Amino acid sequence: MIRLFATHRILLPVVSLAVLLAATFYMQPRAMSYFGVNLLFNLAVPIALATVAQMMIIMVNDIDLSLGAFVSLVACVTATFLHDTPVLGVAILAGLIVAYAGIGALIHRFDLPAIVVTLGMSFVWGGLAVMILPSPGGAAPTWLRSLMTVKPPLLPMAVVAAILIAGLTHLLIMRSGIGTVLRGVGGNATSVVRAGWPVLRLKAGAYGLAGFFGVLSGMALVGLTTAADANIALRYTLLSIAGVILGGGEFVGGRVSAVGAVIGALTLALAASFLSFMRLSPDWQIGAQGAILILVLTARLIFTRRDKEQS
Amino acid sequence: MKSLLLSAAAIAMATTAVHADTSGKRIALSNNYAGNSWRQAMLHSWEDVAETAVAAGTVAAADAFTTSENQATEQAAQIQNMILQGYDAIVVNAASPTALNGAVKEACDAGLVVVSFDGIVTEPCAWRIAVDFQEMGRLQVEYLAGRIPDGGKLLEIRGLAGVFVDDEISAGIHKGIEEFPQFEIAGAVHGDWAQDVAQKAVAGLLPSLPDVVGVVTQGGDGYGAAQAFKAAGRDTPLIVLGNRQDEMAWWSEQHADNGYETMSLSIAPGVASLSFWVAQQILDGAEVPKDLSVPFLKVTQDTLDTTLEGTPEGSVATIDYSLDDAKGVIAGAM
Repeated sequence: MIRLFATHRILLPVVSLAVLLAATFYMQPRAMSYFGVNLLFNLAVPIALATVAQMMIIMVNDIDLSLGAFVSLVACVTATFLHDTPVLGVAILAGLIVAYAGIGALIHRFDLPAIVVTLGMSFVWGGLAVMILPSPGGAAPTWLRSLMTVKPPLLPMAVVAAILIAGLTHLLIMRSGIGTVLRGVGGNATSVVRAGWPVLRLKAGAYGLAGFFGVLSGMALVGLTTAADANIALRYTLLSIAGVILGGGEFVGGRVSAVGAVIGALTLALAASFLSFMRLSPDWQIGAQGAILILVLTARLIFTRRDKEQS
Repeated sequence: MKSLLLSAAAIAMATTAVHADTSGKRIALSNNYAGNSWRQAMLHSWEDVAETAVAAGTVAAADAFTTSENQATEQAAQIQNMILQGYDAIVVNAASPTALNGAVKEACDAGLVVVSFDGIVTEPCAWRIAVDFQEMGRLQVEYLAGRIPDGGKLLEIRGLAGVFVDDEISAGIHKGIEEFPQFEIAGAVHGDWAQDVAQKAVAGLLPSLPDVVGVVTQGGDGYGAAQAFKAAGRDTPLIVLGNRQDEMAWWSEQHADNGYETMSLSIAPGVASLSFWVAQQILDGAEVPKDLSVPFLKVTQDTLDTTLEGTPEGSVATIDYSLDDAKGVIAGAM
């Protein structure tokens, strides 16, 4: 049993989500329906995308403290430029992805601490977002709104989206050649260099991917909310980091899991709903969310330690 | 006068109407922030009115929820959870006027009644009980014109720069000045709605400020301004106050000392109870216009003592609105 959990790191996040989901359904049977599951999880879709973006950065041993502000900026661009002048909107979003890749290159080239650079960038993104949308407003492009409120047969949109995101990023990061090399940058950058790979470009690539998923996250968020606000996604910075770790990822060593990250994001979103169904006082809710996080991480630590002792 | 007649008519109607249709309905309060005295008083007001209404069998439940963090995404999730919990109506003080629109639309589509107040939402399917901040500014100048018909120079204390509310109140004050051109703004400072900030800002401006007859404020800054004038040894001008307990206590003291008289106005946190009754009325099948406005709570010399008595230290004056008040507001907007 311990061996099983230690060798298959994905099992623990899956079990945590299942337990939480069962508890939620028990407390609120109304949630156990197509409509209910969608309401429970649709706001987790942008969080899952942001978590995948954060995972790309953590994969190369860095951390991104600007992600929440970046997603907010993307949301503002989506609700204004992408809605009014789609061509310009797409160009700006593409520019933002390139900017993210540039930051990655800069961090590697000058050996800067990512935590400081991204913290600084969070103010740049935040400032741009306020400039674009000084007061809350804008509108979601019609196609985006219909995409986020689509009602596919059998499974609700939120579940289909989560499976798609998890599946595609899994293929990209775990199965493809470039994904393996990218994880290698986090695992052992020196050997990647010795093998003749341009680490500068790889790091820029990882940041570019993060930017790409950040853009998707902001767009998905606007599709759900129908309008934007310069501060709309500030929570995503910490949620995304917690999601990656909860999903079985580690801060160093390129040990991340795409499927785990998505499950981690869903678990965090569900934990908040669960606590609110429990009618827990808001003063305790943040603490309780933290407790759930610590509980899962402790379980993981216990499994790996016990496994080592036994072997 | 006309609106008075209208509300009188509404009250007359209210006494004849029977309300029993909502006894099985459940109403939830979605609140995004509880970290200041105004919001605390707001939650108290909700609890009070909810408790009595549930005990009287007017509604089945009226629960209050506050998000653990003041973020629009959290509140959107909270509203979606309320749909799942089977509430019939959601009363919301929103973290963002736009970012909750998706969740509000989900609620409307699921057949729920959504009433937003104070922090309103722009989604058309929701009701809005908005604060007319411009009117709040204009009323101050109107009051000053009544007290000082000859006019004179005024000091304006503004709120937090860049916040919508600050722009609106200030715009209303300037509109009032256009209406009563005998007044002129001689200087303006940002008091950030806090007594200590206002005191420092006014103290810094005073040496270069000509004699002013009045001070127009945004609430939470009048006491600080008075302290600054006192410290500089200048005569206290007519300061319009904002219903904070310390402001009213100072006013009461001044009145006992030298017969000082002023006016105080703000939005009562009890607007939560007003919103509760509006939601109840909509559930009851009453025809309610989508846009309503919050009445101001005005404190005058006559009501000062009783209001001050009912306001805890460090808090702000409030009243719990009744069903009849809600009917009056609805009738006024028809």
